[in-house]
Amino acid sequence: MLSLIAAPLALYGAASLLGIAGGRRALAPVYLLSGLAAAATAFGAARFLANGAMPETAVLPLGLPWIGAHFRIDALSAFFLLVLGLTGTLTSFFALDYGRHDDEPGRVLPFYPAFLAGMSLVLIADDAFSFLVSWESMSLASWLLVLATYRLAETRSAAFLYLVMASIGVGALLLGFGLLAGGGGDFAFATLRGSALDPWKSGLFFALAVIGAGSKAGVVPLHVWLPPAHAAAPSHVSALMSGVMTKVALYGLIRLLFDLAGPAQWWWGAVLLLAGGLTALLGVLYAVMQHDLKRLLAYHTVENIGIIVIGLGLALAFRANRIDALAALALAAALLHVFNHALFKSLLFLGSGAVLVATHERDMEHLGGLIHRMPVTAFVFLIGSVAISALPPFNGFVSEWLTFQAIVNGSLLPQWLLKFAVPAVGAMLALAAALAAVCFVKVFGTVFLGRPRRPPAAAAREVGPTMLVPMAAFAALCALVGILPQTVLGLLLPVSAMLLPDSPGIDLSNWLWLAPLGPDHSSYSGGVILLAVTFLAALLVLVIHRFASDRLRRSPAWDCGFPDARPETQYTAGSFAQPIRRIFGSVVFAARERIDLPAPGDMRAARLEASLHDPVWEGIYAPTARLVSLLADRLNLLQFQTIRRYLSLMFAALVLLLLIVAVSQ
Amino acid sequence: MRPALLELLQFSLLVALAPLLTGLVRKLKARLNGRIGPGLLQPYRDLLRLLRKEVVLAPNASWLFRASPYLIFAAIWLAAAIVPTFATGLALSRTADLIALVALLGTARFALALAGMDVGTSFGGIGSSREMMIASLAEPAMLMVIFTVALLVRSTSLPHIAEYLLMHDVGIRISLLLGLLALLIVAIAENARIPVDNPATHLELTMVHEAMVLEYSGRHLALIEGAAMVKLQLYVSLVAAVFFPWGLARDFGDASAVAIGVGLYVLKLAFAGAVFALFETSIAKMRVFRLAELLGGALLLGLLAAIFLYVSQEL
Repeated sequence: MLSLIAAPLALYGAASLLGIAGGRRALAPVYLLSGLAAAATAFGAARFLANGAMPETAVLPLGLPWIGAHFRIDALSAFFLLVLGLTGTLTSFFALDYGRHDDEPGRVLPFYPAFLAGMSLVLIADDAFSFLVSWESMSLASWLLVLATYRLAETRSAAFLYLVMASIGVGALLLGFGLLAGGGGDFAFATLRGSALDPWKSGLFFALAVIGAGSKAGVVPLHVWLPPAHAAAPSHVSALMSGVMTKVALYGLIRLLFDLAGPAQWWWGAVLLLAGGLTALLGVLYAVMQHDLKRLLAYHTVENIGIIVIGLGLALAFRANRIDALAALALAAALLHVFNHALFKSLLFLGSGAVLVATHERDMEHLGGLIHRMPVTAFVFLIGSVAISALPPFNGFVSEWLTFQAIVNGSLLPQWLLKFAVPAVGAMLALAAALAAVCFVKVFGTVFLGRPRRPPAAAAREVGPTMLVPMAAFAALCALVGILPQTVLGLLLPVSAMLLPDSPGIDLSNWLWLAPLGPDHSSYSGGVILLAVTFLAALLVLVIHRFASDRLRRSPAWDCGFPDARPETQYTAGSFAQPIRRIFGSVVFAARERIDLPAPGDMRAARLEASLHDPVWEGIYAPTARLVSLLADRLNLLQFQTIRRYLSLMFAALVLLLLIVAVSQ
Repeated sequence: MRPALLELLQFSLLVALAPLLTGLVRKLKARLNGRIGPGLLQPYRDLLRLLRKEVVLAPNASWLFRASPYLIFAAIWLAAAIVPTFATGLALSRTADLIALVALLGTARFALALAGMDVGTSFGGIGSSREMMIASLAEPAMLMVIFTVALLVRSTSLPHIAEYLLMHDVGIRISLLLGLLALLIVAIAENARIPVDNPATHLELTMVHEAMVLEYSGRHLALIEGAAMVKLQLYVSLVAAVFFPWGLARDFGDASAVAIGVGLYVLKLAFAGAVFALFETSIAKMRVFRLAELLGGALLLGLLAAIFLYVSQEL
C-alpha cells in the first residue's frame, strides 16, 4: 500500500516541476497528473480499507539523521487518504477548464500538486518530525495558493493572518509532541504511543493538541483566518482547503487524542463537545450574515467542523467511560460527516467557481435568476444546498442523524457536567442545522432564483462540460451516500476497530435501513424516502393531469396586484437574513439597524444601515494584536543601544539562566 | 388484515380526513365568533375547484416552482403516513424515526421557501424569509421534545415510543407536560396558526405562509393547501401518538382492534380541532419579532423537560 502512495507522490512532484517550468502551457498536464495521482490514492485507499486494513510501515533515511522518516498507513490514514483522493481527483478535473480563467496560472500550478502532496504526507507520517514537516509544507503550499490573487489588498491581509495563525498552530503541536516525547529524543509515533503522562501533563497535551489541530481546522475562536483565506484562493483550491485540509487537521486531532495520547480523560470530551457546539452555532450565524458567496461557504466549513468536533467529543466522552458501543457510533458519525462534508462543500465551492466564471461576481446581491441560464450548475448546487442543510435524502442528513443518535444516548454518561452539556449541545446542533437551512434558502434563492439583479447575471452562460462533470459527480456521490450510507460506514469499520478495539462497531446488518443501535431504537432509510416521495409525486402528477387539469398559462406575476418590473424590488440576501440578524445577531454580534429617513421635502434617498461587530475578533484578536504591537514598540528600543549596554544585557541574561538552572536542580 | 392493505388505509385516511379537520376548525371558529360559517365539507369543494382550474404562471417561474407543490405534498404525505394514527408497527414506519421525520418536513419546507423566492417578488421573499426564521426556532424546540421522550423511552422510533407509553405506566411526569407544551407551540408555529401566523388573513404585511405561496394558482395551489391540511393532521397524530396513545391497534389480525383504532383516531382529531378553534379564538396574532420569545420559550421548555427528567431519574 505504501508503494501505492509513493507513485502518487512522485506524480505530484513531477506535476509541480512542470508547473514551475511550463507556465500557462503546463496547465493541462499539471492538473491531469494531479488528478491521476489523486485517483490512484483514492483507489489504493479504498482497496486497503476493503481488504482489512493491515497497517504497513516504512522507514526512510530522510530528515534528521538519527531518527529517519517513519511512514505508516493504517485504517485511519487510509480513510482520510480516500477523502483526499476522491476530492482531489474531481477538483483537478474541474481545474482543467477553471484554471484557464486564473489571471496568473504560474502562481497556482506549481503549488497545487505540492499542496496535495503535503496533505498526503501528513496522513502517512509516523513520527513527530515528518508529521510537522509535512504539516508545515501543507500550510505553506496552501498559503502560496491563497496568494494567487495577491494584487488584492484583501488577499494579502488574509494571507498574513493565515500565516500567523498557522505558526501559532504548529507551535502548539511542536510543544505537544515535545511533552509527549519527554527527554527521550525518540519521536516515532510507535514510541509516543507508549508514553504515560501524568494527569496534569496529559491535560496540557490535550490543550496543545486542540489549539494546534483546532486552529487549522477552524474551531472557534481559532477560526478567524479560515473564511478570508478560503474565500481568497481560486475556487478549486478553496474546495480542497475547505473539503480536505480542514479534515487533515481533524485527522491530526484524532491521531493525537485517540491514538497517541493513551487513555482519555472524561473532561476532554466535555471540552470538545462545548467547543464543537459553539463552533457549529457561531459558524452558521456568521454565514447567515455574509453576502459574499465564497466567504459564506467558508463560514459553513466552520459550522461543519463544529458538527464533526461534537461527534469526536462524544466519542471521547463515551470512550473515557468505557461505553464503547456508543463511542463507535459517535466516531462513525463524525467520520461519516468528514466524508460528507468533503463531498458537498467541494461541490458548493466548485459551483461558486462556475458562477464566478460565468458572471465574475462573488457578491450574491448582484446575482439572481441563474437557474434559467445555468440550469445544470443550478441543479447540482441545489443538491449540495440540500445536503449541507442536513435534509433527507442526501448525505449531510445521515451523519447529523447519527450524531443526534449519539446525543440522545448522552444520558448514559455518568458525569453530571456531561449529562447537562449533551442536551445543551444537542440544542445548539439542532439550531445550527436549522440555521444552515435558512442560509441555503438564502443562497440558492438569491443566486439562482428570482430575476437577475445586475447585467452580468443576466448575460451569464452555462459553463462547459469539463466543469459540469466533476460537479455532477460530487452531486451523485452526495445522493449515493445519502441513500446507501452503509457503503461508507462499512469502510469505517476498520477505523473503529483500530481506535476502539473493545467495540464491535455499529450495526450495519440491514442494507436498506440504517439502524445503528437496533431497529427498536431508531431507524432511517434515505432510499425508501426517496423512492416513496418520487412514487407519490409521480402518482399525483399523473392523477391530477389526467383527471383534473393540465392547462397552463403564462402571465405577469401577481404580487398582490402591484408587480414591479425592476429587479431591485426583490428580496435580497441582506433582507432575507434580516429576521435572523435581528433575533440572533443582536445578541451575538451586537447588530444594530439605523434608519436614516430624510425630512419631508428633502430629496435625499432614505438609507438603512446595519452594523455588526465580530465578538471573537474584537474581544480576543484585536486586543492581542494591540498588546503585541505595544510590546514590539517597547522592545524596539533594544535595537539602538551602545555596545556596552548590549554586553551588560547579555551578562544579565546569562546570570538569570544560571540562576534558573541552579534553582531547578 | 394484510399489512399492505393497512398501509393503504393509512395513506388514504390522511388525504381523506385532512380537509375535514381543517373544515372542522374553521366551522368551530366561525361558531365561536358568532357566525354560521361554511359547511364542514367546504375545504373539499375548494380543493376540487382549484384542482380543475388552469395554472397561471409568472413568465420567469422555473421548473423548481412547478415541481415543488408535488414534492411538498408527497413529502408531507409520506411523513404523515409514518406517524402512527390508528395502529403501530406499520411497515413504512421504520423508514424514519422522529428525528428523520422532522428533517423530512424540513425538506418540504426548504422546497416551499425556495418556490417563494423563485418568481422574484417582494412578498414571496418576505414570506420565505419569515417562514425559515420561524422554522429555525421551532425545529430545535421540536428536537428538544424528541430528546426528552427519547430519554424516557430510550428510542426515537415512533411506533416503539407509542407502544412503550401504552404498555408502561410512566406516571404523570412534569417533563412530559413541559414537552407537550413545547410541542404544541411548535405545532402552532409549524402550521402557520394564530398567534404565529394567520391562515385566513388578507393583509399582506401580516402574512407569512400566505405571502410565500402568493404566486401559486390552480392545481399547484390546491396541492400546497392540501399539504398544509395534511401537515396539521400530522401534528395532531404526532401529539396523539406520543402523549395520548390509547386505542392504537397493535394486533393486525384483529379487525375489531383496527376499527377501534380508527374510531378513536377520528375522535382524537375532532377533539384536537375543537382545542385549536378554542385557542385561536381566544388569542390575538403576535408581531413577527415577538415570535422569537414564544418559540425561544418552547426551546427552553424542551431543554428544561430534558433536564428535569435527568434529575428525577437520578434522584
